[in-house]
Amino acid sequence: MADIEYLAPRDLEEALKAMEEWKGRAKVIAGGTNLIPYMRAGWVSPELLIDFSGLKDLDFIKREDETLSIGALTTIAEVASSETLRSFSPILPNAAGHLGNPLCRNRATIGGNLANASPGADMAPPLLVLEASVHTERGGESSREIPLDQFFLGPNKTVLEQDEVITQISFPKPKDSATGSQTKFGLRNADALSIVNIAVMIEMEGKLCRKARVALCPLAPTPIRMYRVEETLEGNEITAELLDECGDMLKQEVTPRLVSIRASAEYRKVLSSVLFKRAVREALKGVET
Amino acid sequence: MKNQTIDLTVNGEKHEILVEPNALLVNVLRDELGLTGTKYGCGTGQCAACTVLVNGESVLSCLTLAVAVDEADIVTIEGLDQPDGSLDPVQEAFLDHGAIQCGFCTPGMAMMGRDLLNKNPDPSESEIREHIKGNLCRCTGYTSIVRAIKSCSQGREPQAKL
Repeated sequence: MADIEYLAPRDLEEALKAMEEWKGRAKVIAGGTNLIPYMRAGWVSPELLIDFSGLKDLDFIKREDETLSIGALTTIAEVASSETLRSFSPILPNAAGHLGNPLCRNRATIGGNLANASPGADMAPPLLVLEASVHTERGGESSREIPLDQFFLGPNKTVLEQDEVITQISFPKPKDSATGSQTKFGLRNADALSIVNIAVMIEMEGKLCRKARVALCPLAPTPIRMYRVEETLEGNEITAELLDECGDMLKQEVTPRLVSIRASAEYRKVLSSVLFKRAVREALKGVET
Repeated sequence: MKNQTIDLTVNGEKHEILVEPNALLVNVLRDELGLTGTKYGCGTGQCAACTVLVNGESVLSCLTLAVAVDEADIVTIEGLDQPDGSLDPVQEAFLDHGAIQCGFCTPGMAMMGRDLLNKNPDPSESEIREHIKGNLCRCTGYTSIVRAIKSCSQGREPQAKL
């Protein structure tokens, strides 16, 4: 690995100052489970690593009234085993439990997964359907709150400025009548870059779908919400025909990369349509009649 | 690079080591401390042959900077044996069940077996398989490894199965 300098700031203020000072030449390291392989492969070459893993103030899961907040430094293992999160919606801990492998999850962080912005970011689909927001800080600038569906710009690219960091992720507590489902389909049971990772949330009112949220990856340069599918479901009875129509719509709308890596674009499209329908049926099973 | 002195307690022994900021824990353990039980497999965190415990948590030492674990309490495979020098029950079980072929995955597997039993003294087979999901073995097909760990679950005497 190339030569680097290393700084372990004692608090966020010190960290932000360093990021401002070294703007563009420093990278945040938290779990390091993406960054170390990237650095060793020569894909990123920061001069300074600013180690956020000691900033325990950013490691939390808490509920304040109707908002759930997760600190950026919360590990994926902590997300996966959180009873607080599971009681609000199992889709987030479920997705966390499929990221990487058990050892990786002990160090990888939820903030890191989003900031890394892989087109297949494991935490993105459930957070997107939960309508999460990303909270950021920048030295000397005001903090931002960015809706997650406006956060990703492209593969490994986000709206974050070079000296801006994620501090926490928040989302509104889902209504009691909401149910969800999450599936990750990969070529193996661990360390799998997903073929399709899809999350769905629905709120039913009697026989009609009052609200639908659908998000998946990696079927585009970034994780995406399927807005047209959501609109088609909302206000309607979810019949088999409507699901088929939405599945076809989904197949048309996704833009997986054409180069076949792990799976062809055609396979990903067909699979995403199948998993979408399965996810909705699974979510419907959880609806109290 | 600005080298840094770090304090590591490894298998109960305190060490003060001068390291470069880009030094990986796996290499520091193996090359600086001579603890070659921990293996360098893939270097990308996908085989878990480099498994060690840091402050009681299983981590991939090939993805851990040594400077990032300054003042940590580290346990390697060499640290699994009992104070009287005898092997950890997990290690005995691996021997009894033929769960070692080339031996390269073994330290990582044994560490994860010990890690699991520390947290869950009576794991089911599927819990064992879930816990060692990140550990690759090219020789055994995993069956003997799972049997070995299962034989250490609460209330069961490690027993040889041939």
